[in-house]
Amino acid sequence: MKRLAELPGWLRWGLYAAVGVLLLTIVQNLGGTDRLTSVTSSQSMLRWAIPILLAGLGGLFSERAGVVNIGLEGMMILGTWFGAWGGITYGAWWGIVAGIIGGALGGLLHALATVTFGVDHIISGVAVNILAPGITRFLSSEILTTIPGGSITQSPRVPGVGSATVPLLAGGTIGNWTTPDLFGWLGTKGWFFVSDVASILKGVMTRISWVTVIALMLVPFTAWLLWRTRFGLRLRICGERPEAGEAQGIDVYRYKYIGVIISGALAGLAGAFIASPELSGIYLEGQTTGRGFIGLAALIFGNWRPVGVLGGALLFGYPFGIGLRDLDGSASHALILVNAIGLAAVAFWAVRRSRRTDTVLAVTLSAGFAFWYLTTDVVPDVWINVLPYVIVLLVLIFFAQRLRPPAADGLPYRKGQT
Amino acid sequence: MKAIPLWKRTALVLTAPVAALIFSVLMSSIVLVLSGSSPLRAYADMFQHASRLETMIDILNRATPLYIAGVAAAIGFRMNLFNIGVEGQYLLAAIVAAHLGAMVTLTPVLHVTFIMLIAVAVGAAYSGFAGILKVTRGVNEVISTIMLNAIAISGLVAYLVRLWQAGGAIDPGSAQRVGTTPIPASGLLPDLNAIVETFTRELRQGKTLTGVLVVAIVVGLGYHVLVNRTRFGFDLRASGINPFAASVGGVPPKRMVVAAMALSGAVAGLVGLTEIMLTGYFPANPIRGLGFTGIAVALLGRNHPVGIVFAALIFGFLDVSSGVLQFTGAASREIVVIMQGVIILAAVVAYEIARRAREKEEARAAAEAMVSA
Repeated sequence: MKRLAELPGWLRWGLYAAVGVLLLTIVQNLGGTDRLTSVTSSQSMLRWAIPILLAGLGGLFSERAGVVNIGLEGMMILGTWFGAWGGITYGAWWGIVAGIIGGALGGLLHALATVTFGVDHIISGVAVNILAPGITRFLSSEILTTIPGGSITQSPRVPGVGSATVPLLAGGTIGNWTTPDLFGWLGTKGWFFVSDVASILKGVMTRISWVTVIALMLVPFTAWLLWRTRFGLRLRICGERPEAGEAQGIDVYRYKYIGVIISGALAGLAGAFIASPELSGIYLEGQTTGRGFIGLAALIFGNWRPVGVLGGALLFGYPFGIGLRDLDGSASHALILVNAIGLAAVAFWAVRRSRRTDTVLAVTLSAGFAFWYLTTDVVPDVWINVLPYVIVLLVLIFFAQRLRPPAADGLPYRKGQT
Repeated sequence: MKAIPLWKRTALVLTAPVAALIFSVLMSSIVLVLSGSSPLRAYADMFQHASRLETMIDILNRATPLYIAGVAAAIGFRMNLFNIGVEGQYLLAAIVAAHLGAMVTLTPVLHVTFIMLIAVAVGAAYSGFAGILKVTRGVNEVISTIMLNAIAISGLVAYLVRLWQAGGAIDPGSAQRVGTTPIPASGLLPDLNAIVETFTRELRQGKTLTGVLVVAIVVGLGYHVLVNRTRFGFDLRASGINPFAASVGGVPPKRMVVAAMALSGAVAGLVGLTEIMLTGYFPANPIRGLGFTGIAVALLGRNHPVGIVFAALIFGFLDVSSGVLQFTGAASREIVVIMQGVIILAAVVAYEIARRAREKEEARAAAEAMVSA
């Protein structure tokens, strides 16, 4: 049998996903809830995952070029405002374009500070995160308040770009013909695991926004662009060994600028998506709620690779998506058991590698979650809100040392240095 | 080598922040002109308002928590640690301290001390956890403190506010003022009105100068002494500049990381004091953002105990000024948030340029010394 690490990325992550769904299926049968693998759950998982995915891909472009971008949050905020304003003023697609431009301007600012002036990347990112809400608030006071239905903290309704359902698999239409709904049919069969997978797949194929389609296509596109083209090689060398790139005659500053501006553009697109009817339908001050940071976490979780970022985005989007519909808390409660089993798996992994500290830690945490699961019936609703952050911390606690960021990520670089 | 005279050194240090201030005033003026307001009228209104005694009290009340937050961030910065988690640390510390402070009966001085100790302990523990994760598990503190912020704010604090909420509105006059059980008078720091009024005149509009100002001054002095006058502070700075050299010199790098993070969090724990001492309880909707602004204040003040004072006062002045702009209608009040953002970005750029200029100058001086020797 081939080792897991030798499999291609998409296959490996596909396997992880299958194991994850199997775990959810088992817990769902134990825990007396049907929300873990329902169509609506996976639908809202995807919606919540898209901004995280886009921010994570944004972080990928920036950090692969060697610039840490914790300003993603601020650029996302710019995206929400410009996305909403553009959408209301010029129509849905122009809103998306405006969001991208707004975010890209934030990226330009970050690039100017970090690349041209050599400011510490974290400091510049913090500054962008402070400046961005100030800019949007000012713009709101100047512009949104003049639009009927708008105020200083929110906009009127933002139009959407429309959506589609995949034909043949999830019952979408081709012309006037309503195609069969294969996954929907399988999902109602009640077959263990098969129906659960089908429901989840139907969820991510039903009424998906065109922006979602674009965002998902960006994953293979990014992988191709960064790992299969000359441009990508040059961008990545700026994040690994900028001096070597310079010796090859590459204009390192230019590539860093491009990386950071694309980063901002993607974060802006994420913001525009948040303001679009897919998630909110309005611009609302503070509506990004730290999702730029979660995008950064998805980037780290995905080990600075596009498919990994998608995996992280879906994983972190999942609890958010569940939490909204989980009115009686049964799904939130069941997720505690998922955590316990996940940590037990980590413990198993640690034992096989004879890593004593990891084993003790994972067993303790797993037992803790199991105890919590068994002794309670209801969990506070804040639990599901913090679950993504808890998962990030747990992943980092066990795997931080196995991750490989770009070698020159976050380091200052001056032209002509050795 | 000739020593550089004091005036010249001072001028060199002040050039960058002053340039940043001027730049941000220019930028804000452009924005104001573009939005059809008169910058001169706006600034005139801001300064006229700030010259009133009551406004000065407001500015000090605002600058006090910002200063403490700035020192908290600066302690980390001195060791090249980014404690982005000041925000979560102060909110968590404040609610636990307010709740436990309301639970006990103690004599006045002891009671206040107890509340402050709780706040310090919670802040230190929460931040120290990020330090421990860094040294034992290799988790970058920027990411872990961001995650811990979210866990504290949208998780722990949100949960505890509901758990500890003292049934319904505390102040019958206003339905919004909901929070934890009020702390008895013995647990509240007295305000400093008596001192202010001795030197000036009676404060109107029911303004009070927070007693936490004294705590902030003590924190600032303590920070100065610790960093510049103690072995620990020397080790801290040494590890920040060159951790490898410091560890060769006998400074345990891991212990320094945990200690610096815990200390930073301990100070962060005191940020929320201003609010709970003023209201007497932890409100369900507390002032947020002091932690993030505190990071900006530390950057603008260059992690210097006195520099942070000026930075906190500038940010406090801008925060308070937004109210008067709203009132006089000279400009949109949101211009001050832009000013804050531009100041901080301009300041870090200016400091970086100044640092590089100084390095170049030092390299040149060293080269000349070599040649003449």
